[in-house]
Amino acid sequence: MRLRIVKRQPLPGWARIVIPIAAVVATLILSAIPILIAGGELWKSYFYLFYGALGTRFNLLETFVKASPLLLTGLAVAFAFRAKFWNIGAEGQLLAGALTATALGISLAGLPSFMVLPTVLVGGFLAGGLWAFIPAILKTKLKVDDVVSSLLLNYVMVHIMGALLFGPLQQPGSSWPRSSEIIAAAKYPILMPRSRFHLGILIALLAVLVVWFINNKTTFGYQNKAVGVNLRAARFGGIHTNAVILWTALISGGLAGLAGVGELCALQYRLIMDISPGYGYSGIVIAMLGNLHPVGVLFSSLFFSIIIVGAQTMSRMTGVPVYIAEVIQGMALMIMLIFLLFTEYRVKVVRK
Amino acid sequence: MMSQILEAAFISGLIGAMMRMATPIIFATLGEILAERSGVLNLGIEGIMLMGAMTGFLVSISTGSLWFGVLMAALVGMALGLLMAFLSVHLGLSQHVSGLGITLFSAGLAMFIYRLHFGSPTVPPTVEPFHQVAIPLLSEIPIIGSGLFKQYTLTYIAWLLVPAISILLYKTKVGLKIRTVGENPIVADTVGVNVTLTRTLCLVAGGALMGIGGAFLTLAHQNMFLIDVIGGRGWVAIAMVIFGNWDPVKGMLGALIFGCLDGLQLRLQGLGIKLSFHLFLMIPYLLTIVALVSVSRKASVPAGLLKPYRREEKGS
Repeated sequence: MRLRIVKRQPLPGWARIVIPIAAVVATLILSAIPILIAGGELWKSYFYLFYGALGTRFNLLETFVKASPLLLTGLAVAFAFRAKFWNIGAEGQLLAGALTATALGISLAGLPSFMVLPTVLVGGFLAGGLWAFIPAILKTKLKVDDVVSSLLLNYVMVHIMGALLFGPLQQPGSSWPRSSEIIAAAKYPILMPRSRFHLGILIALLAVLVVWFINNKTTFGYQNKAVGVNLRAARFGGIHTNAVILWTALISGGLAGLAGVGELCALQYRLIMDISPGYGYSGIVIAMLGNLHPVGVLFSSLFFSIIIVGAQTMSRMTGVPVYIAEVIQGMALMIMLIFLLFTEYRVKVVRK
Repeated sequence: MMSQILEAAFISGLIGAMMRMATPIIFATLGEILAERSGVLNLGIEGIMLMGAMTGFLVSISTGSLWFGVLMAALVGMALGLLMAFLSVHLGLSQHVSGLGITLFSAGLAMFIYRLHFGSPTVPPTVEPFHQVAIPLLSEIPIIGSGLFKQYTLTYIAWLLVPAISILLYKTKVGLKIRTVGENPIVADTVGVNVTLTRTLCLVAGGALMGIGGAFLTLAHQNMFLIDVIGGRGWVAIAMVIFGNWDPVKGMLGALIFGCLDGLQLRLQGLGIKLSFHLFLMIPYLLTIVALVSVSRKASVPAGLLKPYRREEKGS
């Protein structure tokens, strides 16, 4: 007896919604294994996981704070993957955005204050976009594998940031790798009192709408998808595929750059080496779990921010290490992958 | 200052550091070459190395045996290689995303288990690490001797593995099978090579090497486990595979260049030379991107890389 994997008819539309939900449920069920190994009481752990993320006003708003960079990197990855531009570099693009926001946020004191934040936003978007442009150029002009080049560029950006934080951007008088604080006009306004609910959350939600609009209502969105489905057919159909990939990279990197701007201008106010705990990599998981659809990405980023924020309370109350959040992310990605397989294939048991 | 750099002690120290820093990269590069030669890009490497580093450390500290720690690190690497094979070979899922999934999962797991076992102590626990073993006579060669021949046993093993895997790939029947599967799985299947099995075994064996590479960092290079102990060395290995044209010997040369730069930046800092080590550490990545450009013009990439093989879809 052996298993065979056979191509199936396309699934009906409802399956596209049911499958990610099933993947989330399966992930939560499988999370019981590490929780039990860590000696956590199961129901208590799950309770504090969700209570910690949603139970109080402050925690609920924190969940949105956490979701905003995840949503932006998730959208960035999803938009790129839709055109099969394998952008693994959202982390570096995020850092490029944060770095540019720092440089601008420190030096724009002369500008009228209402112009500072827009300049910082545009600067951060462009920096992320241009950093994503490099692997896209390498892919389209020189046929270099985009996965590896975008991944490596993350580390190049980490070291550029390190060199600047130990050099020109270092806070005068400090021996730590950190920058000076940005000026007040460059900081995101806080929108809800007694919380950190900031402008970046609205920016991220707006980005969902914009990406949805591009995907569904513009020629470019159609071309982006056509390139992803079949590059050669798109080219024969008269689409300038290289230009589409380059523009896709610019937008994708720009979205990731905005995530970096948000972390800097809303939370840290000064650049530090660990400004991102790997949001760019989480973006890959979020994009996959959201089935590359902007609304799906919205929900999956909320799911992961619940896990990340809730894990802290769970850890405090039950002793389960807070790194359970990372374990769950990894599991979710693999489970979603397997579940997605069933949208295209079915497994047939063949008796020999 | 120049005179200091040209001093014998400096050069011999640099050679030693280069060998030491290159060791985990050599292990990981060889592991990745095995996987990629069979047609699977294993982006799980960074996570597998972290799991190896954690497992080696945890087992050594609990059992008191460093070698048992290395063995368990290899076994954990094999298990994760098997998981990668299940996702990318058996189910035929995207190699990119499967690999990243493995990396995220095992990185999370490594930190989870470490925290579970040790809590969060203010002073991280340490292990009595491996000692360097001097090879008689050879280690007494002036200048280069102590650097090259007073090394960790694992470093010698890494060096021996380079020709061993070269011979395996180029001179044996097994190697021919691996390369055929990597170049053209359809042909391999037609001539009776089991594609799935070959790829699985390569991923499992490669995983063992990645795990050992990770364990070297916590049991020899350092004596403790820190969350950023791998620090992108897995991705460096991916880069070295490309840089070295999927060839073990050239991959090792790449690893040595990386080791040399890594060792040099530490030593120059030690001499008080104000040179940003970050700019230094950027070089291997930039070199690799340049190498990627030149490689893309040649046809040395295993042609079957990244292509899942499903027998049922042979025609498509």
